[in-house]
Amino acid sequence: MRHLLSAKDLSHDEAVLVLDTAAQMAATQSREIKKLPTLRGRTVINLFFEDSTRTRISFETAAKRLSADVINFTAKGSSVSKGESLKDTALTLRAMGADAVVVRHQASGAPHRLAHAGWIDSAVVNAGDGTHQHPTQALLDAFTLRRHLRDGRGDLAGLHVTIVGDVLHSRVARSNVDLLTTLGARVTLVAPPTLLPVGVEAWPCGVSFHMDDALAQGPDAVMMLRVQRERMSSQGGGFFPSGVEYSRLYGLDARRLAALPDHAIVMHPGPMNRGLEISADAADCDRSVIVEQVSNGVAVRMAVLYLLLAGSPDALATSQADDEARALA
Amino acid sequence: MRSPHDIARSAHDPAGAPITAYLLTNASPLGGAPTDVLLADGRIAAVGPALRAPDDDAVVLDAAGLVLLPGLVDLHTHLREPGREDAETVETGTRAAALGGYTAVHAMANTTPVADTAGVVEQVWRLGRDAGWVDVYPVGAVTVGLGGERLAELGAMAASAARVRVFSDDGHCVDDPVVMRRALEYVKAFDGVVAQHAQEPRLTEGAQMHEGVVSAEIGLAGWPAVAEEAIVARDVLLAGHVGSRLHVLHVSTAGSVEIVRWAKARGIDVTAEVTPHHLLLTDELARGYDPVFKVNPPLRTAADVEALRAGLADGTIDTVGTDHAPHAREDKDCEWAAALSGMTGLETALSVVQATMVDTGRLTWADVARVMSTAPAQVGRVADRQGRPIAVGEPANLVLVDPSARRVVDPQRQATQSVNSPYRGMELPGAVVATFLRGRATVLEGRLVEGGHA
Amino acid sequence: MSPDMRAPGGTEAEVLGPADIGRALTRIAHEILERNKGADDVVLLGIPTRGLPLARRLAANLAAVEHGVDADAITGSLDVTMYRDDLAHQPTRTIAATDVPPQGLDGRVVVLVDDVLFSGRTIRAALDAISDLGRPRAVQLAVLVDRGHRELPIRADYVGKNLPTASTERVRVLLAETDGRDGVLIEGPTGAGR
Repeated sequence: MRHLLSAKDLSHDEAVLVLDTAAQMAATQSREIKKLPTLRGRTVINLFFEDSTRTRISFETAAKRLSADVINFTAKGSSVSKGESLKDTALTLRAMGADAVVVRHQASGAPHRLAHAGWIDSAVVNAGDGTHQHPTQALLDAFTLRRHLRDGRGDLAGLHVTIVGDVLHSRVARSNVDLLTTLGARVTLVAPPTLLPVGVEAWPCGVSFHMDDALAQGPDAVMMLRVQRERMSSQGGGFFPSGVEYSRLYGLDARRLAALPDHAIVMHPGPMNRGLEISADAADCDRSVIVEQVSNGVAVRMAVLYLLLAGSPDALATSQADDEARALA
Repeated sequence: MRSPHDIARSAHDPAGAPITAYLLTNASPLGGAPTDVLLADGRIAAVGPALRAPDDDAVVLDAAGLVLLPGLVDLHTHLREPGREDAETVETGTRAAALGGYTAVHAMANTTPVADTAGVVEQVWRLGRDAGWVDVYPVGAVTVGLGGERLAELGAMAASAARVRVFSDDGHCVDDPVVMRRALEYVKAFDGVVAQHAQEPRLTEGAQMHEGVVSAEIGLAGWPAVAEEAIVARDVLLAGHVGSRLHVLHVSTAGSVEIVRWAKARGIDVTAEVTPHHLLLTDELARGYDPVFKVNPPLRTAADVEALRAGLADGTIDTVGTDHAPHAREDKDCEWAAALSGMTGLETALSVVQATMVDTGRLTWADVARVMSTAPAQVGRVADRQGRPIAVGEPANLVLVDPSARRVVDPQRQATQSVNSPYRGMELPGAVVATFLRGRATVLEGRLVEGGHA
Repeated sequence: MSPDMRAPGGTEAEVLGPADIGRALTRIAHEILERNKGADDVVLLGIPTRGLPLARRLAANLAAVEHGVDADAITGSLDVTMYRDDLAHQPTRTIAATDVPPQGLDGRVVVLVDDVLFSGRTIRAALDAISDLGRPRAVQLAVLVDRGHRELPIRADYVGKNLPTASTERVRVLLAETDGRDGVLIEGPTGAGR
């Protein structure tokens, strides 16, 4: 892997490799000494044009646990807010000698441009671009699902996951549809018609406007997406009439929670709008894995940084390569 | 006999006699049977077999295998001057036009300041005349400042030295139905035409690319086809109601083609334009997020491309217009959302039309002359000077094309000042060998003829 | 010592067969018990991939000879990938599991088990990995083959066979658990036997 720009770029085997590597990383995080020397001497730059304390800290922790040097570059108050272009920001990073750039940007495709425009030659990790993709979120969601429903091994074949919420504007939804399907799971999207993109019929998943019907299918996991209140207003696009109507039709409340199979888990990428898309009961119940998703994020991001940076730049991971290499050791 | 090489030299020699005569031997006018064509004193002096040059100063060009067309007329060019001379000037843009085989371009009004007064249109007209590469016909804005609220002084612009006949807010849609109605009615007084950029603004707020399967997947806000079709439908009905001409710029969807076809069948006086890029490129190109493919209206699906080709072939679409839209590097060397929309096109238009329509057997060269010269000249009301038949007595506004040539497009080597060409690295057929503006060669052997004004 | 079996002009030569390997592991097990006066505080950590089945076989041998040894309880695996110093020069490696026996490493004698000892860098990484997991009383090293060409001051305490090699040659260890059969092979630089 040279970059991680989209969940679509991961094959089944690559995705399983990331999850397996994340499992080993997670094991190290339960020891007393959590730090590993693996990426010593490497520099990881967090380039966050959009505010996100949680994701940035997750990447920062992941890099530091692998002994990489971390430089945080947030847009607020930086030269970017004074109108510096993405290209000039990138050229500055090149001058700083970054091995990897973790980028979050409000424009879809910005990480792709960073990776391919020839401005820098670092590895690029997409930490969320516009409404396009958030691949490490999907990876940590898959890791969480695997841990709870597949005993922490293999892929997600045979699982049914229902994703509910503002699919139109959600990069988490796109990444999850791609990755969960690659790992063999079946995905159903639930949303009001206004929050589904034209062209969703071409996606490898089911679509429903009716949450209760979808939950009656007995999914193994329900993933609730954040809905922004601003999207109700006419300036925000007028996508649904009111918060109350949204909750009534698409919110996960105690009643819907009780309709789920006993083994089903409740997920949310955060931050939550308690009372809008998810009730407090559902968020805090014992099958909610929302808090665990966050801690799994560090292990998954350690795995991604390891796989992108530890080996020589153009190589792909294979265990055959391991044997070859070990014969020289 | 003097060679083209001698012309280049004598053009710089103030003492050299002005070139007046060209003898094109074995040219194929409109792709037809080879014959000789003599250009003298700015006109076509003779057409026939085995012509002889009138004197030793005449230049003989071996045009065997070359197609002779009337000089191309672009109804839709952005020359960017005044205001964005960092992207293009009238000088550089018209040089590009001449190399593309054009003898006339209509310069759109979205400059800074906007061309909404007689003063600005006269300035652009004068710059074009002084550059001397093609005839520049400024397009006047429909509304003041392109604001869509109040009619600009269309009459003054029509009466000015620039003699504006085409009015357009291109870049913006005249979306207010009352304003559009008034404009359609008002221009009848001076045989003008309103050229509409059809884009319902509320349906396309923040839009980045065609709304469809690709936009849903790559997370870019969509520009739905209906936002164009709804305006086209409204405008043809308005034009029919008030009895005015309407010209629809850059038709880009299958639905728009059908609406225009329906309107023409009803006798509504509407003409439609398609750009070369909409005849070739699709929204799949957006997947790489390279803003060189960002354009307004956006690239659409393969089905739309096919409908546009069929529409051009059957006459539903009347003209090919380049919508040549040069942009400074920093306006394209960035993330998609931050980039400006537009592609350069003057130097590649004829090749793209040949590749998509002639080499596929859907248009003959005579048809190409119609859609790239005669029809645009008629819409622009310059048909007395441009887009003329290749016949004795007509003004010698002509282009010689080698259809068998193949070129790889290199934006760095184009005459246009900007490099935002979507055909970068592509091999395209055909090459302009010579362009004549009123009998004076602006391009010979595929290169601009520097120095001297007609 | 088993006779070297060279196949003249062949692609590879087998230098240890299954019986040789079995005998070597029996001997090493006895040496471990002798040196550590039993197996009370001994923990065998196999370095994946092939060090792990070797560690298990050694543990089984210890349990067969010494009373009161629970083979499973004293065996673990130690993946050293994250401590290597040569990661940047090779294709990305898969990380295998690190499993420390429940009693931990503190105060115990850790015997690292690997198939081939060559430059010594793997063992150096293993020592770093161990120091992040606990504080053993002592660390010893058991290898099936020592092929020389050390780049660091590291030596094995227990060796199945000393095999002088040219650095361009390749030593391959095959084990029934991973490869379907037991054997130690030497390949020349062009794949030819010596």
